[in-house]
Amino acid sequence: MNDMTKTEKALEMKTSKISAKNVQVHYADTHAIKDVNVEIEDKTVTAFIGPSGCGKSTFLRCLNRMNDTIDICRVTGDILLDGEDIYDRRVDPVQLRAKVGMVFQKPNPFPKSIYDNVAYGPRIHGLARNKADLDDIVEKSLRRGAIWNEVKDRLHAPGTGLSGGQQQRLCIARAVATEPEVLLMDEPCSALDPIATAQVEELIDELRENFSVVIVTHSMQQAARVSQKTAFFHMGNLVEYDDTTKIFTNPEDPRTESYITGRIG
Amino acid sequence: MSASLLLLIILALAAVGFVIGRGRALRSVQGDRRRLHSLPNYYGFNVAMLAFVPAVLVLALWVVVQPMVVNSAVSGLIPHDSYADAGALNLIMSDVKRVAHGLDAVAAQGIVQKIPLSEMNVGNTDIRGLLGSVGVALGSDVTQDVLNAAQEFRAKSAQGALWMSIIVLVVALAGFFAAIRMTNGDLRARNLVEHGIKAVLIGAAMIAVLTTLGIILSLIFNTISFFGMFPMADFLFGMTWSPEGRGGSEHLGILPLLWGTIYISIVALSVAVPIGLFAAVYLSEYASRTTRAFAKPLLEVLAGIPTIVYGLFALTVVGPMLVGFFGADGLNWMQGARSVMTAGLVMGIMLIPFVSSLSDDIINAVPQSMRDGSYGLGATQSETVRQVVLPAALPGIVGAILLAASRAIGETMIVVMGAGAAARLSMNPFEAMTTVTAKIVSQLTGDADFASPEALVAFALGMTLFILTLGLNVVALMIVRKYREQYE
Repeated sequence: MNDMTKTEKALEMKTSKISAKNVQVHYADTHAIKDVNVEIEDKTVTAFIGPSGCGKSTFLRCLNRMNDTIDICRVTGDILLDGEDIYDRRVDPVQLRAKVGMVFQKPNPFPKSIYDNVAYGPRIHGLARNKADLDDIVEKSLRRGAIWNEVKDRLHAPGTGLSGGQQQRLCIARAVATEPEVLLMDEPCSALDPIATAQVEELIDELRENFSVVIVTHSMQQAARVSQKTAFFHMGNLVEYDDTTKIFTNPEDPRTESYITGRIG
Repeated sequence: MSASLLLLIILALAAVGFVIGRGRALRSVQGDRRRLHSLPNYYGFNVAMLAFVPAVLVLALWVVVQPMVVNSAVSGLIPHDSYADAGALNLIMSDVKRVAHGLDAVAAQGIVQKIPLSEMNVGNTDIRGLLGSVGVALGSDVTQDVLNAAQEFRAKSAQGALWMSIIVLVVALAGFFAAIRMTNGDLRARNLVEHGIKAVLIGAAMIAVLTTLGIILSLIFNTISFFGMFPMADFLFGMTWSPEGRGGSEHLGILPLLWGTIYISIVALSVAVPIGLFAAVYLSEYASRTTRAFAKPLLEVLAGIPTIVYGLFALTVVGPMLVGFFGADGLNWMQGARSVMTAGLVMGIMLIPFVSSLSDDIINAVPQSMRDGSYGLGATQSETVRQVVLPAALPGIVGAILLAASRAIGETMIVVMGAGAAARLSMNPFEAMTTVTAKIVSQLTGDADFASPEALVAFALGMTLFILTLGLNVVALMIVRKYREQYE
């Protein structure tokens, strides 16, 4: 508990990294996200919780314009990254995604070697000057992904040959390798067993030192364990957004309380 | 009784059996269908099945076997000194059959004779004239041997037909009554019908497999008899192909034909693979849903065009166009409209939909999560396609290309019309060449004796092609299978 209060104090000094204002998302005729306003802080883990189909993943995918790849999806409202509108016509979604990395629900390593998986982003964006530089980036990223010790002897083995938990940490290392400013995680532990989940959660906590992390999760325990801020979504609305301790101990909205205590879900 | 009449009778019996079986089952439970083991129709089907299937199998077997038995019995009547080899005996036997059919026709039309049919001989009747009057024209006068054989043929066939009718009807009735007897409310008719359906499906699969086997065996035996007449080494390594019409050919080397086949296939694939693959990438990765719905069927229409139409296109459009550029007025590399290039280009166009639609399916099978992973790292669409999607789909695409290659190798019409008929070993793609398939056609459509090496070489050529395409298909399937394992 003491730890938590310390973090809370630290939070107050942090600046807003992403700020969303009046965001609406439509899938064809369905109104998936209704008027969401949220300020996501830098160097913080923010958790999005809520029942299935409440729009938390959809909203997460708005933050790096992954919804652009879905034809029928329409996003309105403003989402600012460091004060810049990411849906502005001048913004290149490809550059944006390099700054706002993403880790998906199911581990999705490319059918390449472990090394090439991690080197994929740096190669595309030209982050390395030479081979040695690239080697450094790969090693650093794998260390940050807490998987270096397990794979350092088989960097050229296929990434698809790792276990599920290792694959997910590889995917995190891959996302970290492009030096993003924000890391979005869409239920990163839902396909993992408890041991792998614990490893990934530990990793998320470490990532907070360098990145702003946004995590969508179905597990409220996970949200409570890893996040400092929590947003509760319900039927496309952002019901409540506050410090994690506040949400889990003293929620303002009755719907939040019902969800947390397991009465709706 | 003829086979078709018998078939009708069995069918009628089966239909009656259906009604009776269904009724009997219902009666056995006093009309309360809930007490039946199976739905009432199953009892009907069970009776119909047992009445129909065994009888039809016997009928089919009989129809196939009887001519063979009669033939071998009758051919014993032809004296050995009147024919030289099996081919000549076959000719005599076909005469015998014509005479027998003629006599049948005489009997059927009720033409009254002074001498009864059974007592006719060459001396007392003008057989040729008589048969001519019922529309069976013979090339020469009938000898006594042939007439005797024909009479025997008629007698044996009639006897066979009688026994066939009796046995088939007995089998049908036996099945019918056995099925009716066992029909009661507890009979598991549903399960029996299920077995019947399974047997039908197995039969269909067997027919497909056995036919393939038969084709391969006929290829192998004819190839062996060809190599009995022509040295294998000359065939496999001969550099010239010039059959000389009627026997005595020394130059039946496959190499020029094989070279033509491979050269044209290479040209065709170098057209079809890039265009087909790029089209597939566009359709599956870039095109909007509406474009795709519109463009994909259009592309696949290309696959529905008969190859002879492509041949016409090669001959009348592509050939002359190429001559315009590379002919005497241009670079002077090309003598006529028919060339490897003409056939290869058109064949390439034919293969585009083949490559694109297979590759499209394979690219679509790459999980969306791969693309998301790549986009999520800030890759553009073409980077994603080049570095993630295509490598993931590569084994499948290679499989598709190999399948296209085996089609290119087997293609005939476009080659006949677009590449000419000259067997030639040359590197110039603007020269006329020919392929294995085109030569198989020309070897068998001439008037060469079917037992000569000039005709039999077609089977050796076919065998070579078969082995070539089989090899490609096996490799393609192996690669495709390996690819499938990757995502399951």
